[in-house]
Amino acid sequence: MFENLQEKLQRAFKNLRGQGTVSEENISEALREIRLALLESDVNLNVTKDLIEHIREKALGQQVATALSPTEQVIKIIHGELVELLGRDTARFKFASQPPSVILMAGLQGSGKTTTTGKLAQWLKKGGHRPMLVSVDVYRPAAREQLAVVAKSIGTQLYTGNVGADEAGTPLVLRLAKEAKRDAANFGCDILLVDTAGRLGIDEELMGEMSELKKLLNPSEILFVADAMTGQDAVNSAKAFHDRLGITGVVLTKMDGDARGGAALSIRQVTGAPVKFIGTGEKPDAFEPFHPDRIVSRIMGMGDIATLLERA
Amino acid sequence: TRTRENLSAQLDQALSFTRTVDESDLEDLEAILLTADIGLSTTTEIIGRLRERAKREGIESGSALKNLLKQEIKSILDDVQRVVRPPSTPPEVILMVGVNGTGKTTTSGKLAAFFQSQNRSTLLCAADTFRAAAIEQLEVWSQRSGVPVIKTRQGGDPSAALFDALDAAKKRETQVVLVDTAGRLHTKAGLMAELDKMRRIAQKFVAGAPHQVFLVIDATTGQNGLQQARLFTESAGVTGIVLTKLDGTAKGGIVVAIAHELKLPVVFCGIGEKMDDLLQFDSAAFVEGLFN
Ligand SMILES: Nc1nc2c(ncn2[C@@H]2O[C@H](COP(=O)(O)OP(=O)(O)OP(=O)(O)O)[C@@H](O)[C@H]2O)c(=O)[nH]1
Ligand SMILES: Nc1nc2c(ncn2[C@@H]2O[C@H](COP(=O)(O)OP(=O)(O)OP(=O)(O)O)[C@@H](O)[C@H]2O)c(=O)[nH]1
Ligand SMILES: [Mg+2]
Ligand SMILES: [Mg+2]
Repeated sequence: MFENLQEKLQRAFKNLRGQGTVSEENISEALREIRLALLESDVNLNVTKDLIEHIREKALGQQVATALSPTEQVIKIIHGELVELLGRDTARFKFASQPPSVILMAGLQGSGKTTTTGKLAQWLKKGGHRPMLVSVDVYRPAAREQLAVVAKSIGTQLYTGNVGADEAGTPLVLRLAKEAKRDAANFGCDILLVDTAGRLGIDEELMGEMSELKKLLNPSEILFVADAMTGQDAVNSAKAFHDRLGITGVVLTKMDGDARGGAALSIRQVTGAPVKFIGTGEKPDAFEPFHPDRIVSRIMGMGDIATLLERA
Repeated sequence: TRTRENLSAQLDQALSFTRTVDESDLEDLEAILLTADIGLSTTTEIIGRLRERAKREGIESGSALKNLLKQEIKSILDDVQRVVRPPSTPPEVILMVGVNGTGKTTTSGKLAAFFQSQNRSTLLCAADTFRAAAIEQLEVWSQRSGVPVIKTRQGGDPSAALFDALDAAKKRETQVVLVDTAGRLHTKAGLMAELDKMRRIAQKFVAGAPHQVFLVIDATTGQNGLQQARLFTESAGVTGIVLTKLDGTAKGGIVVAIAHELKLPVVFCGIGEKMDDLLQFDSAAFVEGLFN
């Protein structure tokens, strides 16, 4: 469906042959194409503007080397900028020095927190850990049942607790979290994954609950679970969660679709937090560590850019 | 939101001081549309039209320009609205479809309460047999709204649940059947074919069914929403959009692109997680929201 960026750039540079350097004129058409590609991929408008400025600076006056065409040179620059923004390496997962390590899942409604909680537990189990799950979503209909079904399907410990006693709200949420952490320690589970209710960054009350959870649990990871289909608003929600909680990483879900996932760049830019994992399906094993390189290729609509650029 | 507030505030200031429309005003307006997820292609077209009209109509002030822009967007949304009448022989069958996590189940619950409040007897059908506890989730909405639900077991055939619901609706002379389906990505051919199958079963059992197919789109959705609308329309025959989560900071501008390119109207909006957090779509209010 999409014409890839390489083809578009080739068009932009078709008049270039023979000239020694990439001129302002050549580059502006190429930059228009790059801007289009970034916006179509849902990279935030301001983030796009910054990127375009950087790319312009780097591209201007570059010598046309013999090995690389101008198109390839510009691709190399874009690739470099995007990878630099996302962080070159796959990020590490942090554990507490004293078990159980607590992992707090956070995010907007429907982003994939509960599903990801199960996936992450499965991944940790494969890594030799003994995770326990707890849902403190006492608001959404059947949210806790959903996590119970997930826990059962992957054969993980689940702290259920008793919710009948108190009214749904922050005190109940904090009690459940506290009990679960104690229970994890008692059962010899080295990790407690805490699934929380979806909430808006502007929901004062529920964001307050989130910071109380953080205070209570002292989590080693606070993961912001974000939908890969998110558009321009990604910067607002990510910033709201980050300002309040100091997120330690991002999980980008629903990457099995055809969304370009430009939100990853926006989120990274406003929070500085690395994307640690991606979700690639609804089943517990559709989950993998994040490789910056791949999403960059995806945003540019191109296959293996690294190989293409190896000639450089 | 801060960036957006600044943008809008700056713009108002700039516009109130300029006497003639210039390119920088248009650029500022373009930024607002792009930030609202309307997308580059629809935005470019709207701004192009605005530039022409401003010239032709001799628009002098910035605020007049902004009003003109609002009119442009509103007419894109209004032009695709359709008059929908319930079928002469009930039940009216409404299929809720969409990608994962947009709000199908929640909206089914809200709509059940809405139709009930209009004195139209309603039945919910739990045709998401795939996702963990999806049936239990709809059952809670059934209790909340007082609208009965027809279900099968988890892992069962969604078409069987649909069949049972239509059968029950006929026997009970129910007026509206709301079918909650499992979330699915539009790129998954097998799952999209399942929707097509459900549509054919509905058609076979109730003439003209499904009468409405609502594509539920999350207001935070970016440019992918257009592709969702395209492919769900192909497989499921979407008749209208429900735009959820408008209570957040996202503007949901992708529906403007969808109206513009695919001629699909927005029918309802979700503005929260409670039962009455549902509005019939109001294009004027929506357009105002884009600029706040
Ligand atoms: N295709 C696909 N679907 C996913 C992925 N991750 C989650 N989902 C689906 O997205 C929907 C929402 O997932 P949940 O885990 O319930 O999301 P949540 O954030 O817990 O939702 P709330 O608790 O209601 O805020 C479900 O249908 C999941 O199956 C993914 O990586 N790919
Ligand atoms: N703030 C807000 N949240 C909403 C709205 N509509 C739905 N939600 C929430 O979004 C999340 C997902 O809603 P669901 O109704 O489970 O979505 P779904 O499309 O049925 O999800 P799947 O069946 O897993 O594909 C839940 O936490 C809902 O409470 C809305 O209008 N505003
Ligand atoms: Mg959940
Ligand atoms: Mg559902």
